[in-house]
Amino acid sequence: MPTVTLTVNGRQVSADVDARTLLVQFLRENLRLTGTHVGCDTSQCGACVVHVDGKAVKSCTTFAVQCEGADVVTIEGLAKDGKLHPMQEAFREHHGLQCGFCTPGMIMSAVDIVNRKGAVDEATIREELEGNICRCTGYHNIVRAVEAGALAMTGKAPARQAAE
Amino acid sequence: MYPFKYHKAATVRGAVAILKKAEEPKLLAGGQTLIPTMKQRLASPKALVDLAGAGLSGIEQKGRTIVIGAMTTHAEVANSAVVQAAIPALAKLAGHIGDPQVRHRGTIGGSVANNDPAADYPAALMALGATVHTNKRKLAAEEFFAGLFSTALDEDEIVTKVAFPVPGKAGYVKFPNPASRYAIVGVFVAKKGRSVRVAVTGAGSDGVFRHEAMEEALGKRFNPKSLDGIATPAGNLNGDIHASAEYRAHLIGVIAKRAVAAAA
Repeated sequence: MPTVTLTVNGRQVSADVDARTLLVQFLRENLRLTGTHVGCDTSQCGACVVHVDGKAVKSCTTFAVQCEGADVVTIEGLAKDGKLHPMQEAFREHHGLQCGFCTPGMIMSAVDIVNRKGAVDEATIREELEGNICRCTGYHNIVRAVEAGALAMTGKAPARQAAE
Repeated sequence: MYPFKYHKAATVRGAVAILKKAEEPKLLAGGQTLIPTMKQRLASPKALVDLAGAGLSGIEQKGRTIVIGAMTTHAEVANSAVVQAAIPALAKLAGHIGDPQVRHRGTIGGSVANNDPAADYPAALMALGATVHTNKRKLAAEEFFAGLFSTALDEDEIVTKVAFPVPGKAGYVKFPNPASRYAIVGVFVAKKGRSVRVAVTGAGSDGVFRHEAMEEALGKRFNPKSLDGIATPAGNLNGDIHASAEYRAHLIGVIAKRAVAAAA
């Protein structure tokens, strides 16, 4: 079995894996980081989105062995020192979820959008969330949360007040 | 998914050596089509040769040609200042493939080698008169694409880069399937001097094709109105639950006009 060594949420990890192990399986089953979800398993829904070398990808459509040497960040890696990431805070403040299943992927995608595009408008957010599906909310509060999180991440407003 | 042996190639030559030795191998580029296909057991290679470390990504302008490495991702093409300035229609096309996460991994080489009949890139290669470079030879787009999911590639041949001549004007418009975002019909038009090329993806039962009647009409006058009255026979078009062949034939006319109007 091939050995894969990568950094996950700042910690170096190494394991022997079957080559067909998907990154999401590796995260959930080897590392027990179950915040990353498997929704559709066909790269449509985005519940499995994580960052690989700073870019949002679908971890159900990536082999763990492809991530040799990569720097992976999952939803568990966003909060720092017991304080939620501004995007997580914005999702809580604006109630950008109902059942919560899609939320980890939504937040990882949202952080990636802001990293790439800065403070974004509603139309851009809706277009950029194309790869993330939510079956509960109708997206309204998710879009508001991303808008607020983007302002907070770019230092334009605190997550609690932004977009109100 | 069936098990396979994973190989990572450090060079194109190394990848070819593994391809020749391994049992039932397949090349792995971004994996955005191959991995889902393997999950469904529609493909079951016994070995994968990962090209991620083979030095095949990058974009450069050489005179009036834009050269894109095979492992360059859709996101890199979409955001490239070089591509945006020289062939904005190509940057726009790359920026509307799949979704942002797919664009972070999917590659131009993987897309053209797969030759999905509803993929976007084949239309760009055909309309812009691109050349596909492999480890063995150079192929014009028309020679390279050989029908549904088929190309002229040999078993041990690897796409290394794609060279696009810079057009005078080009435009691409697609009518996407609202769920998959693949093209139900996509039309790429490119004008270089007096010559106009029109390529249609998503519709042909044999994959991407050039629309000669439209090329002739647009060669006389490059204006959406020139396409009035040019019908597309439905005989060689796909019909499925998303759109009948007749509907696709109609859409080709509508989308082609929009592509001409959008050309810049």
